[in-house]
Amino acid sequence: MTVDEVKIGGLGARRTRVEDNRFIRGMGNYVDDITLPGMLHMEVLRSPLAHARIKSIDTSAALAMPGVQLVLTGELLASRNLAWMPTLSYDTQAVLATDKVRFQGQEVACVVADDPYIAKDACEAIVVDYEPLPVIVNPTQAMADGAPVIRDDKENQHDNVVFDWEVGDKEGTDRAFAAADMVSELELHYPRSHPSPIESCGSIADFDRATSKLTVYMTTQAPHIIRAAVAMVAELPEHMIRIVSPDLGGGFGNKVPIYPAYVVSILASILLERPVKWIEDNSGNLISTGFGRDIYLRGQLALRSDGKILGVRMHTDSDHGAFFSDAQPSKFKIGLMHAAFACYDIPVAHLTSRGVYTNKAPGGVAYRCSFRITEAMFFQERMVQAAADDLGIDQAEIRRLNFVQDDDFPHRTPFGFLTDSGQYAKCLDIGLEAIGYEDFLKQKEEARKNGRLLGIGISTMTEPLGAGNSREYDILGIKMFDSAELRVHMTGKAILRTGAKSQGQGHETTWAQIVAHELGIPADDVVVEEGDTDTAPFGMGTYASRSTPVAGAAVSMVARKIRAKARKIAAHLLEVSEEDIEWELGRFYLRSSPESGVTIQECAMAAYSNVPDGMEPGLENNAYYDPPNLTWPFGCYITTVEVDPLTGVWDVLNVVAVDDCGVRINPMIVEGQIMGGLTEAYAMANMQFITFDSEGNCVGSNYMDYLLPTAWETPGFELHEVVTPCPHHPIGAKGVGECATVGGPAAFVNAVLDALKGTGVRNIDMPLLPDRVYEALTEGHDVSGAPPLRTD
Amino acid sequence: MTSLFAVVPAESSDDTPVRRITVSVNGKRHTLDVEPRLLLAHMIRQGLELTGTHIGCDTTNCGACTVLIDGAPVKSCTMFAVQADGHEVTTVEGLASASELHPIQEGFRDEHGLQCGFCTPGMMLTAKALLDENPDPTEDEVRWALSGNLCRCTGYQNIVKSVILAAARLRANNHVEEDEAP
Repeated sequence: MTVDEVKIGGLGARRTRVEDNRFIRGMGNYVDDITLPGMLHMEVLRSPLAHARIKSIDTSAALAMPGVQLVLTGELLASRNLAWMPTLSYDTQAVLATDKVRFQGQEVACVVADDPYIAKDACEAIVVDYEPLPVIVNPTQAMADGAPVIRDDKENQHDNVVFDWEVGDKEGTDRAFAAADMVSELELHYPRSHPSPIESCGSIADFDRATSKLTVYMTTQAPHIIRAAVAMVAELPEHMIRIVSPDLGGGFGNKVPIYPAYVVSILASILLERPVKWIEDNSGNLISTGFGRDIYLRGQLALRSDGKILGVRMHTDSDHGAFFSDAQPSKFKIGLMHAAFACYDIPVAHLTSRGVYTNKAPGGVAYRCSFRITEAMFFQERMVQAAADDLGIDQAEIRRLNFVQDDDFPHRTPFGFLTDSGQYAKCLDIGLEAIGYEDFLKQKEEARKNGRLLGIGISTMTEPLGAGNSREYDILGIKMFDSAELRVHMTGKAILRTGAKSQGQGHETTWAQIVAHELGIPADDVVVEEGDTDTAPFGMGTYASRSTPVAGAAVSMVARKIRAKARKIAAHLLEVSEEDIEWELGRFYLRSSPESGVTIQECAMAAYSNVPDGMEPGLENNAYYDPPNLTWPFGCYITTVEVDPLTGVWDVLNVVAVDDCGVRINPMIVEGQIMGGLTEAYAMANMQFITFDSEGNCVGSNYMDYLLPTAWETPGFELHEVVTPCPHHPIGAKGVGECATVGGPAAFVNAVLDALKGTGVRNIDMPLLPDRVYEALTEGHDVSGAPPLRTD
Repeated sequence: MTSLFAVVPAESSDDTPVRRITVSVNGKRHTLDVEPRLLLAHMIRQGLELTGTHIGCDTTNCGACTVLIDGAPVKSCTMFAVQADGHEVTTVEGLASASELHPIQEGFRDEHGLQCGFCTPGMMLTAKALLDENPDPTEDEVRWALSGNLCRCTGYQNIVKSVILAAARLRANNHVEEDEAP
């Protein structure tokens, strides 16, 4: 009688994906695939200059072109109080520029026309007279005496500082450093990077005058937040706004923010009373939408001579671009930077952070990571490697020596986070064994004798995933819960809706697996729906690896509510009291006579046909889940590389990943996410190059310059797992989608620097382009990657 | 219903040039009047409403818009519709029959060769062109053939496995067909 959980597609089943059935047929439904009757097309005119005063905008030639319906400028928006909008980081951002342009690619005007070709032509017919201003492309320039004030639109803003922030114990840290045998210091730049989903952003706004209802189809990872924001910015009643996020062609954080063109398309639809579609081109996506990183570190470790870390000091300068619109909901100015060193047992630490405005695109997003965690873990693992090298001790040994031990949980980190579970040393051991650590060290020595440069890099980290508990997170005051609604039909089939939004993670597959696990209803009998604010329960969306930790937990909880009601129905059907029955997957049975029982499907039918007296009919419910803590997965990434001393090109020999993300719902999907994450880690370490010249021109504004790895360069990956269940998650799961992107880059960089050991080079900034590696190797000095781009 | 009416363009300006072309798409002939500057990708997506062909980058880098022209993979966002005049175009919608998936489609599903699905149609068509030429490719040959198509989700490893699985199944199918032949 017992239902086989894997056979019904429950927890642990490598279930093939439900959503693939449409994607492999070309039947996905992405924003640009939607056509509405009478739909018009919008195109954006962007600023060619990084900093300039707008003297005049002449739209007359554009308006005169046949097929042009509307030209929108900042002036028109200002007349409706829409020229500026609030950001998720309590700043303001220009929708269309009025006074100045503040970065190259900033939105200056929009044209709405009968087709996108006419709209593009008309954009070219708009004449903008600019007066160029001095340009700032890095924090040093931003903080220099006499630097032009970028945000002169803001009262009381007399410099380019966005914030000064600190956390930790300064005095205690000073004492630790005074007592140290050695201080290891490192300066790093984590370069600007762009998430670059293959599908860029877009929206179709459809305002219906007859019903006063606004429907917006858009590329968003968080449709409910958009609904709330539109209600506030456009001053429309929230119940008259419907946001639909259809299939998304990747997100990686890029589709969290609210971009100006979304807002303009909405206004255009209201003005014209016709649907207005805006589809961003790829360059527009790369130069104007949410980038990741762009942050400088000065880090110091206080060390005992045996490698024990006694204290950590970090200072960061972050470049936020022209508007502080970081899409991050933590309560901390620099996100979770202070999650650094969480996997190590460190007595005391202090972090200071300064954010600045520059003439670069705004919207720092958590590119496949949770709010500065990628930077935190990269800095951490580079500092640990440098410390090992400075002390002349083994890079695996220094980590093992400092790890939080398995029996030390819950563990309070030096910056105040509470980690709850892990087996760090075990993960490291598995990784070292898999890569053949000892053998490789010998090979490396041998190769050196023949002039070949081999290197091995390790990166180990635990990161806080699953934004998040209300102690550490909110968005504009809203708690970071998520939600699920489950309706079980009378035949035992079901529909599940959540407030999350898949953009490739496979929720339609995995959410049904959680229901199968909780109720014994086969996963194939559960349809999953997300992304439509008119039907989905309120949720905060998908980013920060929060789907499984938060929405996934809500799915479990709602299924348990359903099971609780089904139990009462079962008792009624079996004519016993509730206390006399037991549950096994898919079935309630009499404790005294296990062969007598009723299935969950029979309970479902009874819920609509034979409920006990006084019980409401039906079998549906919802759950809102406010997580008690973040989840703390652990990752150990080890890579081996060979550097060509004649060219500076480096090849990856092997990559081993050991991930402990707790209980895996669908191992196939987890492995897919880890491999995707490793590829982005490799990409950032090796080639994804987005920078700026001294005039603020974006270098990396298309895929010719901004290199994404192809199947040819991307190495193969060997994956291993350790399972330490999350103690507070209903099914013991932790976040995973971002671990490899977060922990991976340091493994590659550490490996290349290991290959260069003995040359006096302690750092090369990412991406480790061949010319940078070659310069370091031949000239024996560190190579910085900070903009402006060198043109020598 | 289209035989019952035709939409007359509102203000077709005299200086808008139009060319008449005939293209076969997934085995069906279409005769269309197009502006010479119309991209093939737009003709397929908006004109023929075959939205499985995606547009990613506009610079011939990402390959999401890959279609087959007379069997060869081409990035349709950098080809004009008029250049397809007289040619056979295959899009992702032409891979499967109504009842049966192509082994490449099954391969991508079975080996988890896709996540967001946006690059998938282009990947599968490029894979088809490869397997038509080389029914038994090595992993390196698959990686090289797919190197004009970008994927941001999967890390490619499962895509490569998908194509190799599809190749094996196609070879087995062909083997069976050969055995059954008189």
